[in-house]
Amino acid sequence: MSEKKEPLFSKKNRKLLKDPLNDNNPVTTQVLGICSALAITVQLKPAIVMALSVLVVLSVANVVVSLMRNLIPSRIRIIVQLVVIATLVILVDQVLKAFVYDVSKELSVFVGLIITNCIIMGRLEAFALGNKPWKSFLDGLGNAFGYGWILIAVAFFRELLGAGTLFGYPVLEKLGLYEMGYENNGMMILPPMALVTVGIIIWIQRMKNRDLIES
Amino acid sequence: MDANKNSYTFSFAAVMVVLVATLLSVAAISLKPFQDKNVEAEKKQNILSTLGIEVSREDAAKVYKERITTSYVLNNKGEVVEGDAFTVDLGVELKKPVDQQVFPVFEGEKNGQKSYILPMRGKGLWGPIWGYLALQDDMSTVSGAVFDHKSETPGLGAEISLGWFQEPFIGKTIFDGTEFKSIKVVKGGAKEDDMHGVDGISGGTITSDGVSEMLDERLSKYLPFFNQKLSEMIEVEADTLLVDSLQALTLNTID
Repeated sequence: MSEKKEPLFSKKNRKLLKDPLNDNNPVTTQVLGICSALAITVQLKPAIVMALSVLVVLSVANVVVSLMRNLIPSRIRIIVQLVVIATLVILVDQVLKAFVYDVSKELSVFVGLIITNCIIMGRLEAFALGNKPWKSFLDGLGNAFGYGWILIAVAFFRELLGAGTLFGYPVLEKLGLYEMGYENNGMMILPPMALVTVGIIIWIQRMKNRDLIES
Repeated sequence: MDANKNSYTFSFAAVMVVLVATLLSVAAISLKPFQDKNVEAEKKQNILSTLGIEVSREDAAKVYKERITTSYVLNNKGEVVEGDAFTVDLGVELKKPVDQQVFPVFEGEKNGQKSYILPMRGKGLWGPIWGYLALQDDMSTVSGAVFDHKSETPGLGAEISLGWFQEPFIGKTIFDGTEFKSIKVVKGGAKEDDMHGVDGISGGTITSDGVSEMLDERLSKYLPFFNQKLSEMIEVEADTLLVDSLQALTLNTID
């Protein structure tokens, strides 16, 4: 008798995609990947490039590790995970360098950061090692989106308030705010303000979602 | 098969290492020609943009041929020695003692104005920074500057590769009379009449200082070359003056 097959987007699977966006967000709830959220959110463009590369690396690494989950000796599993991540990151970087050189120049700065991104190791260890490939893929996508939107939100405020631009386009100047006496807040460009911005996002999230508040 | 046995762990690791190494080397070797082509085209683009010529990566090779009239390498006494200026790797050169280094020069032309383009390389905050500085034929006035970096922070040090940072270099001079001054990146902004200073980057002080140091170190190595070019120019001027006065004299006598 064959086991009943679970539909691709069952309620459980949808939850895998949706949870990391808010309730179980890797940055604001699990407090992972903070280092990169501080380092690269001065401008929107690198933040988006970083979010996309993490999306690719995380979902593929999750699938690869999930496929190998029954083969990996538990004593060297961390090393195996690291090798998988590092290989993927190098491959992505090499392909970009050969075919989309401009993007690769943006990305090359962050390669090291992707390898050290705790979210990726965290998801491989906590999820992919114990689940089937499709579920792991969804988990990877969900977490990468959860990470990505925080990154982009932080970068949006930092670039707008710190440099008065969005994607390098002088928004505030076009709105005529400088003539009204507005000045760029140089502090937003410095790393400490990224931490404060993330803090504010966490604060707002917990205000709206009381379940997250620890007793 | 027992996944907890030592032998299994060892063989798993060995197979994994071999597989990954093969995969990565195949990828690296097969992609290398494409990557090299990109790097070469970008170098040509950078050299051209110091002349104020912006071209797409595809056209770079063609326009480079038209505009860059000649290129050569110098030794530290300013004498031309054998070598290809385009393939000189400054990263390697900088590690050698000064008397063994070579110094590339590119000569380009735009609107009848000749420029000498000198490659630069130095240290930023996180890694190497490099670029090109174009000088007019008075060997002092900057006609263009391009900088790039490997790993400076976007929005901070990485701003050196953007136009707003590079454009103020144009028109600055590296000499004050006969005294070598180089060009400094000034924290907090350069004074308006400062001929040897440009504005720094807020939050990017170490990279800005890196640019100042790079310019000073590199340009000072070209001093013998500058002197030589200047004295050639003075001779030419003196010659033309002499010819003019001789002509005037002859005309006068004929009259």
